Order: sequence, then structure tokens, then C-alpha cells
Amino acid sequence: MGQTIAEKIFAAHLRDEPFEGTYVLDLDRVLCHEITTPVAIADLQWREKDRVFDPTKIKAVIDHVTPAKDSKTAVQGKILRDWAGRHGIADFFDVGQNGVCHVLFPEKGFIRPGFTVIMGDSHTCTHGAFGAFAAGVGTTDLEVGILKGVCAFRKPVSILVNITGQLQEQVVSKDVILYVIKQLGVNGATDRVIEFRGPVVDAMSMDARMTLTNMAIEAGGTSGICWPDAVTVDYLWPFISADYPSKEAALADFSKWHSDPDAEYDRVLNIDVSDLQPQVTFDYKPDCVTNARDLRDAPVDQVYIGTCTNGRLEDLQQAAEVLKGRKLAPGVRGILSPASPKIFREAMELGILGIFMDAGFCITNPTCGACLGMSNGVLAPGEACAATSNRNFQGRMGQGGMVYLMSPATAAASGVKGVVTDPRDL
Amino acid sequence: MNRTFGGPAIFLDRSDINTDEIIPARYLTEVTKEALQPYLLEDLTLEGFDPRGEALKQAAVIVTRKNFGCGSSREHAPWALEVNGIYTVIAEGYARIFRQNMFNCGMLAIELPAADIDRLFALQQQGVVTVAVDLDRQRLVAAGSRQELSFDFPLSPFDKALVKAGGWVEFADARY
Ligand code: SF4
Repeated sequence: MGQTIAEKIFAAHLRDEPFEGTYVLDLDRVLCHEITTPVAIADLQWREKDRVFDPTKIKAVIDHVTPAKDSKTAVQGKILRDWAGRHGIADFFDVGQNGVCHVLFPEKGFIRPGFTVIMGDSHTCTHGAFGAFAAGVGTTDLEVGILKGVCAFRKPVSILVNITGQLQEQVVSKDVILYVIKQLGVNGATDRVIEFRGPVVDAMSMDARMTLTNMAIEAGGTSGICWPDAVTVDYLWPFISADYPSKEAALADFSKWHSDPDAEYDRVLNIDVSDLQPQVTFDYKPDCVTNARDLRDAPVDQVYIGTCTNGRLEDLQQAAEVLKGRKLAPGVRGILSPASPKIFREAMELGILGIFMDAGFCITNPTCGACLGMSNGVLAPGEACAATSNRNFQGRMGQGGMVYLMSPATAAASGVKGVVTDPRDL
Repeated sequence: MNRTFGGPAIFLDRSDINTDEIIPARYLTEVTKEALQPYLLEDLTLEGFDPRGEALKQAAVIVTRKNFGCGSSREHAPWALEVNGIYTVIAEGYARIFRQNMFNCGMLAIELPAADIDRLFALQQQGVVTVAVDLDRQRLVAAGSRQELSFDFPLSPFDKALVKAGGWVEFADARY
């Protein structure tokens, strides 16, 4: 029987099978941020085990609330900062160098095909875009990862999502993934790996693929995963050019992770996206998805463009195309958070930031901030936000607030009109 | 760690109760488990449920529906249960990370089929339901005022080992 990409990665990293069906894997990356790591550090200290398995495999960032907004968040940052210093974790990103974890770490070349990656953050599935097995975990798993470099998983059963057809103008990977979540439901992929394949995925940039895999968890998925290909090689080339004589050689090596033709899937979902329209969520669950046009009278008080889902350069470009020469509707607040310093700088050099500012946006430093209602754009009760993030839970961006999830272009169009708007209707 | 599982149950009649509802993100700036104690389920709006009510205060067990604990990976969710003396959840299903977090903390996330969950909910009509858990036999007994129901529940050997060891740190540290 052939193997899926996830099964191949499991086989290559298996340290122990303490019980049948329980796989303890060696980890290539343990990623850390300041919300879930300080508690792990405190517990390790309390157990008198304040050690790390390998400082070169641990990467850490302060991203959720940065610069600190109050004493408590300052303490969280300090705990992480001191710990990184104490253990010689060289890849630690603080104010000035920091950005949203799932954007910053791939951008630094830390994620490679075939890697095993964990982080105390549910959207760690994002890193599967590189052909890695990447899973969000809780603090205890993170703690053991930091200390021992291992993590336990059940057998990686996979769902194949095969995406075919031709995307229409203004319809992008965010629309595709919202539609996939609508099909699967919020727990349709629980304990499953979602393998994204097909010509539509092949044609996507790494930025677009990361938007797909980012939201695997919204269907309950352990990880989202794409096959590494020439697009992956091009993206990683600055970091791997010393390891391979040519891009072709890198591609040939990465191809060993591709699922076998006779690999077994729990379920196969074929989706033709040719008729797909811009999508938005309604209500408080990410599988409550409909066409943007169905929600066209829904007023928005704020537009939020950024996050690990859609705060990358391509996303900013797509929103800027809509905003160019236009302004936010009166009374609508616009917030742009480029997700990393590199993206911020590139957007500045390309004139994208100017377009946002002319439209009336406020531009924040790279941070999660408003995405989880912690800083830089929290909603008041009764307010609604057109957001490019990934979660519309009740109170997510502020108690009593409503979040509509959508693509950057749809969010920009909604800001211009002051109501949820299909960007093709501007 | 010698924990006893079971006690008075509280019933949350909804699927997909997410970790933001169990413990809202605004409390994630806390760095101790104890600090989470007053905020458990603060954002859950559910008919008949009061996050500050006696029923939650008394509860040692939660009975609920499908996909409990979906959303964020925050272990603050099981911790908020733990510091409120709730070491057992009985549901029709869980989000993966939440479920793993429960066992990693040495707590029980018991899964029962929909029909059994329905029977548990029906028992609630008799007033307070008290649950007793026999971990070794993988059996639980739920007692209402007039009736007792018992259920066998599945538990993987790994999950059982984690509960017995008192959590994943202890297990992993002894082994790796
Ligand atoms: S941007 Fe939002 S979803 Fe992504 S890591 Fe930050 S808080 Fe989580």
C-alpha cells in the first residue's frame, strides 16, 4: 500500500510507538510565541527542567501583542526574551524584527519540505504549504517539544481535497478555502490531515497556498499540506542554494515526499472552482459561508487587513488594487497590519502603503493585535468588521463584535462601500 | 498524581463550543493557571447557563455535544476547567488539540456515542446528576434522583497511560 505525504513524513521521523497507533515523532522545528510559551517556560522551571533540546531548532517571536500594551503583556514578552537569551536561541524576533509567526518563520526559510513542526498555536497548519507536517499543539505538548524534541500523534489519516477548474477574476485562495470549510464543516477534518492538490493549487504562489493551509484547522484539521514543487523550490532557493547543485536537484529531492499514486485517503473531495464567487462568513462559525453578494447590505464599522491568513505581500497588493483612487466610506475605520517587517518594507517601496493611507487606512506595525481582540483594533459591542483573518467566533475581535471573514479584495471593497461588497460590484 | 474523576455534572447543550468561549483571549495575558479561575465559560451564551451560577461552581464534570473545544490551541481552556475542579468532560466528540491537551494535563475527555449522550441529557430532568468514573474498567455511572445509567467508554492505551502518569510531561520525561 502506498503512502500519503503525511505518512511518509511520519515514517521518516518515528522515534517511538509506545502503543499501537500512537506515533512519537522527532521534531525539526519547535516554534514559540509569547502567549503560549511563557506558561510552558514557567512550568519547566517549576519542574527544575529549564532546558531546551536543541536551540537551533527552536524559533521564537513576540507577535500577538507587540510592542507590549500593558504590564502583563510586557511580562509575557520578557519571559520569552530572557528564556531565549538564557538558552542561546539565536532566532528570536523582538520589536523591530518581529512579525506574525506563521508569516515570519516561513519567510526566514525555517520551514522545509518533509519537516515536522509544532507550535503552541492552532494555525501552525499554515506551514504545511511547504510540504511539512505542521500541527498546532497545547502548552504541554510544546513543553515536551522544547525539552525533548518529540511530540505524539495518532496515525495520520488524510482527506484529499482536489481543486480543479479556473478561478474567476477577483476570486482567490481565501475564497477557495472558505468554500472548502463550508463543504467539510467545522469538524469535518478532525484528526485528519487535509492534503490540497490539483491544478488550482499548482498554479498558486506560496503566499496563496499558505492562506489555504492556514485555515485547515477551521475544519478541525490537524494539518493542511501541499506537495512541494517548483514554486516551493523558487521560494526557498535563497536558503537552500548551498545544499543543492541546482533547482532541478532540489525539486527532485523534494519530490520524494509526494504521496504515492495508491495512497489511501479517508475521503476525497473534488471541487471545481470555476463558478466560485467571492465568499464571506456570516454568524459565528467559520463554516457559515456564503457568497459576498448574499450579505451585501450588512454594514461594517471596520476593515482589517492583515494576519497569518492574509497579511502577506500578495494580499496587500490585491487589496491595494481595489483601493487605488478610492476612499473608505465615511465612518468606516481601516486598519492594515502588514504581517512582517519585510512585507512592510516591500509594500512601502512598491507604493502600496501610500494607496492604503490615501484611502484613509491606519497602518500598524506587524502584529496579530486585532485578530484575537487583544490590541490595535478591538471592536466595541455591536460593531462589525470585514476581516481577512481566519476566525469569526463570537467575541473574537472584541466582546459583542461581529467578524465577517473574507479575502483582501472583498474586505477592501467592503470598506469602500461601508457594507459587505463583492469586489466585482464596485 | 492521584486524581479522582467524577462528581456533579453540568450540561451544556450545544455542539462546537470553542476555546474562546471556554476562556476568552483577553485572559491569555495571565501566566498562572489559578488566575483563570473566575473566567471559565464567561463568553458562552446558552439558554439556562450562567457562568457565575451555582451549577458551574458545583460541577466536577461537563456533559456536552459534538466538537467541544474547537478553535484555538490554548491549553488555558483545560486549565480553566482544572482550576475549577472539573477534571472530566463527557462529549460526543472533541477538537483534536483540546482533547490532547486534556490528556496531556492528566484529565479525562470521554467520548460517547450520540445516543448515550442523549440518555445522559435526559437524566438531567431528574435534577442533579452525579457521575462516577472507574478509570480501570473504563466505565462511568451517572446517577439522577430516580435512575442510574452506566456506560462503558473507549480509551486508548496511550490516553490511559497519560492520565495514570499525571500527564505527558511525566510520561515523556520518564521515557525519552
Ligand atoms: S494572526 Fe490571528 S490567527 Fe494568526 S497567529 Fe496571530 S492571532 Fe493567531
